[in-house]
Amino acid sequence: MRTSVILGSLHDIPLGEGRTFAVDGAMIAVFRLRDGSLRALSAVCPHKGGPLADGQIDLKQVVCPLHLNAWDLTTGCSLSGQPPVTVYPVRVDNDSIILDV
Amino acid sequence: MKQRLVVIGNGMAGARTVEEILSRGGEFDITMFGDEPYGNYNRIMLSNVLAGIEDESGIFLNDLSWYAENGITLHTGVRIERIDRHARMVYGSDGSATGYDKLIIATGSSAFVPPIKGAHVPGRGYHQGVFVFRTLDDTRAMIRYAREHERAVVIGGGLLGLEAARGLQNHLGHVTLVHAAGHLMNAQLNVQAGKTLQATVEQKLGIEVVVDGMTTEILGKHAVTGVKLGDGRIIDCDVVVMAAGIRPNSAVAADSGLVVERGIVVDDRMRAVDEDDIYVVGECAQHRDQVYGLVAPLWEQARVLADQITGTDPGAAYHGSQVATKLKVAGVDVASMGLRGPESADDELIEFAEPKRGIYKNVVIRDGRLVGATLIGDNGKATALIKAFEKGLPLPANRSELLFDLGGPAAEENVAEMPDDEQVCNCNGVSKGALKSCVDGGCKTVSGVMDATRAGKGCGTCKPLVQRIVEWAAGGAVEEDPAASYYVPGVPMPKSELMAAIRQYELKSVSAVFGKLGGDEDAKSKMGLASLLKMMWGASYVDERDARFINDRVHGNIQRDGTFSVVPQMKGGVTTPSDLKRIAEVAERHGVPMVKLTGGQRIDLLGIPKEKLPQIWAELDMPSGYAYAKSFRTVKTCVGSDFCRFGVGDSTALGIALEERYQGVEGPGKMKLAVTGCPRNCAEAYVKDLGVVAIDGGKWEIYVGGAAGAHVRKGDLLTTVGSADEVITLTGRFLQYYRESANWLERTYAWVPRVGIDRIRAVVVDDSDGIAADLDARMDETVAAYVDPWKERAEPATPGQFRTSLPLTVLPQVPVRA
Ligand code: SRM
Ligand SMILES: Cc1cc2nc3c(=O)[nH]c(=O)nc-3n(C[C@H](O)[C@H](O)[C@H](O)COP(=O)(O)OP(=O)(O)OC[C@H]3O[C@@H](n4cnc5c(N)ncnc54)[C@H](O)[C@@H]3O)c2cc1C
Ligand code: SF4
Ligand code: FES
Repeated sequence: MRTSVILGSLHDIPLGEGRTFAVDGAMIAVFRLRDGSLRALSAVCPHKGGPLADGQIDLKQVVCPLHLNAWDLTTGCSLSGQPPVTVYPVRVDNDSIILDV
Repeated sequence: MKQRLVVIGNGMAGARTVEEILSRGGEFDITMFGDEPYGNYNRIMLSNVLAGIEDESGIFLNDLSWYAENGITLHTGVRIERIDRHARMVYGSDGSATGYDKLIIATGSSAFVPPIKGAHVPGRGYHQGVFVFRTLDDTRAMIRYAREHERAVVIGGGLLGLEAARGLQNHLGHVTLVHAAGHLMNAQLNVQAGKTLQATVEQKLGIEVVVDGMTTEILGKHAVTGVKLGDGRIIDCDVVVMAAGIRPNSAVAADSGLVVERGIVVDDRMRAVDEDDIYVVGECAQHRDQVYGLVAPLWEQARVLADQITGTDPGAAYHGSQVATKLKVAGVDVASMGLRGPESADDELIEFAEPKRGIYKNVVIRDGRLVGATLIGDNGKATALIKAFEKGLPLPANRSELLFDLGGPAAEENVAEMPDDEQVCNCNGVSKGALKSCVDGGCKTVSGVMDATRAGKGCGTCKPLVQRIVEWAAGGAVEEDPAASYYVPGVPMPKSELMAAIRQYELKSVSAVFGKLGGDEDAKSKMGLASLLKMMWGASYVDERDARFINDRVHGNIQRDGTFSVVPQMKGGVTTPSDLKRIAEVAERHGVPMVKLTGGQRIDLLGIPKEKLPQIWAELDMPSGYAYAKSFRTVKTCVGSDFCRFGVGDSTALGIALEERYQGVEGPGKMKLAVTGCPRNCAEAYVKDLGVVAIDGGKWEIYVGGAAGAHVRKGDLLTTVGSADEVITLTGRFLQYYRESANWLERTYAWVPRVGIDRIRAVVVDDSDGIAADLDARMDETVAAYVDPWKERAEPATPGQFRTSLPLTVLPQVPVRA
């Protein structure tokens, strides 16, 4: 069954950056793109466990800070031949970040 | 409407064939199915991935964006289970049904696993600890498992087994190679060659080799504990890798009614028997009774198939391939082609052996043509022999010239005289003619030609030859790759142009630059732009924090586990007892995992969680040493004239003064300096971005562009001056000139030789361009704007600036309600 969770306020995440949230034991990185939209991915880099929320992003990708592998923020597919990461539906409602798990 | 082309198998042959079709302007609606969850990668390179020589990300040939760009629908992770030749449909493991007008089968091979007791666990696949070596997933699983275990047995002493054994040594302590036949690589080598190779593998690599070893059973209940051989011997191990051969993946074709023997039988047009619209290519194809297990034949097959399917050349025909192999194990040279030895009384055999040095060579000649050759321990003649073998070239009357370079150094191949069809890149099957037509077609850069043709993108040994051919084909008009001249990849402008545009439009933030000059923002360009804008606008730069790399967001260097390092400033490497005490106390209080002296003459506190950084800075109350940024780093000094009996200048005082003044200055690359009290050079000033050496007579020499990191270079003497003040001024001017003109991430060791020391001296010392005063003024502004970033600790600059990004500590949990 789908559950919606309020992660916090939109203003917890600066524009163009990501922050990690712990949801039910899972670590989820939520990014606030410069066009205002949100993306949520599993927070642990499948390459060697790097913190994806510390990566740099644009409208398409996140680049892991450790070895600079990249993932598509929307599909979770790697752009550099790594395994994919899980993506989660995420949206904004009244300034709250809502995640579906 | 376009014809629908379906390709089953997204490996080396499938993807290459599609490339060949696209390059002929083939108009198809293409759908590809691949069993593996990836785009197309270079399977050959898995050996290097296992050996740790190559990174996984470097082996991809076509990543997912390639498919998208070429309008190809790719279904990864989908296996085609049935072909209906009459309805022209293929059925996938995901339940899909896809219609086609033309079909290409490129399913490759699978590892062959001999019927050994215990290899499989009923219903669960391989026994735990048993691996095959065919795919990226196999390789990953093997690496993961091997790292946690100690002893491996590789079953199979062919090319693949040898490469697997060598690769495994990178991950565990002990490897035994068990081979069923009497000598290694018996399919390619004669007995003597095989024995010579065995001695090398045992002595040089330390791999234990067992020949005549028929594995009969894999032992162990839950996980592997050993293997048992036919003679009852048991070899203890906890990892087993099967490399006993391959079998074409032809079951789907056979079930669907195609003619299958060892592989799927094809004609000279690469079509399946009696099928007008079904083509087969790669290791799953059987052509004139031959099934190939190497890539070179696939390239030829792909070309013929593409000529046929697009109708470009209806006369195109595949006549079979002559294949030569090389072993990809560093330090163990093996090349072989054709016959292992003479087969009839008329065959000539020329043989040389020097077992002590692990060398064995032979050539076999029939009717004046080379029909076989083996080289062990010395591959010097491999290229020439492979060429003679593949082309059937006339051979020298003095046969020993085939085995040795007689007299004088081997002449460099004359590229002008090479025939057009001569293959230059053997990994990716690229001929001299293909390189030339790429250049003729307008591509005038070496990297562009390599990207377009794939030449040099396999094992890489042909790169120098590719370069020479491109230079020759361009008739001296080789161009630098334009993208290589962009300051950052996301904005198509070299630095000077970019700076002019930034000034013209007054672009003060990274997002403004993208908006005006670059289109979409690009994550990989942000850091370089941030650095440039900060330098250009100083205090009026609009600092968007997301443009910074994580290190610059939190002023520490990110470590492999997501923690950070703290390196306080220690000017000139000089400290005091009270500072040392404070560092010690902080380290003790916070249980800092490691306290280390750095190569930059200061102290590093390693392993600090992000959320603790502000507190640790506050307790240290010292300025940042900037050990994380692309910026001015340290000035190393020696004890100099104050203490050293040889010192002729006060290097310590000058070093401290330099660091005091230029601390924190950002640039396109790191700036590391040193001042040394005499030419004995104890502070290593000759190999620094800027190094100062005191010489007798109260003078100072200034060296620039030195390096002793990834690249080693002695700096060039910029000038000699008579006072410390002049050193300080010239240092600032030099650094400012570097900041304004070097490319992003271009260290001075690359920038100085690129611009030329004479030119730099003219600008910086002689003021030939009349800009010295401006450079000084801009550096003054930068110096005046210095703020210690570790002061940013009372209030986070952004929400959650120091919040942990991984569960080093437990994060605030968000309650989940069903
Ligand atoms: C801490 C230190 C090693 C030590 O324990 O001594 C160090 C650590 C790192 N060096 Fe270094 N380098 C350190 C002195 C050096 C030196 C020696 C020196 O500075 O005199 C060199 C050779 C000089 C030079 O830079 O040319 C050096 C050449 C490099 C290079 C190669 C640069 C090059 O282009 O040749 C890199 C990689 C890079 O910059 O891309 C590098 C990169 C790194 C990084 C930052 C890698 C990274 O990005 O994570 C390491 C950070 C480790 C960490 O987790 O904190 N480090 N590194 C030294 C810090 C010095 C300091 O106090 O600031
Ligand atoms: C470790 C290693 C090292 C090697 N080194 C060398 C070397 O140095 N030199 C050399 O010349 N060769 C080397 N080879 C051999 C070379 O990699 C192969 O010859 C080549 O990959 C064959 O290409 P292919 O497209 O026919 O098969 P593959 O590359 O195996 O591609 C076939 C693809 O089809 C997929 N597939 C199969 N069945 C289906 C189905 N029913 N539905 C959907 N997809 C399917 C498979 O998953 C696979 O991805 C090496 C091989 C390995 C494993
Ligand atoms: S370079 Fe060596 S010898 Fe010269 S002053 Fe320094 S420590 Fe003394
Ligand atoms: S850990 Fe993310 S790229 Fe290596």
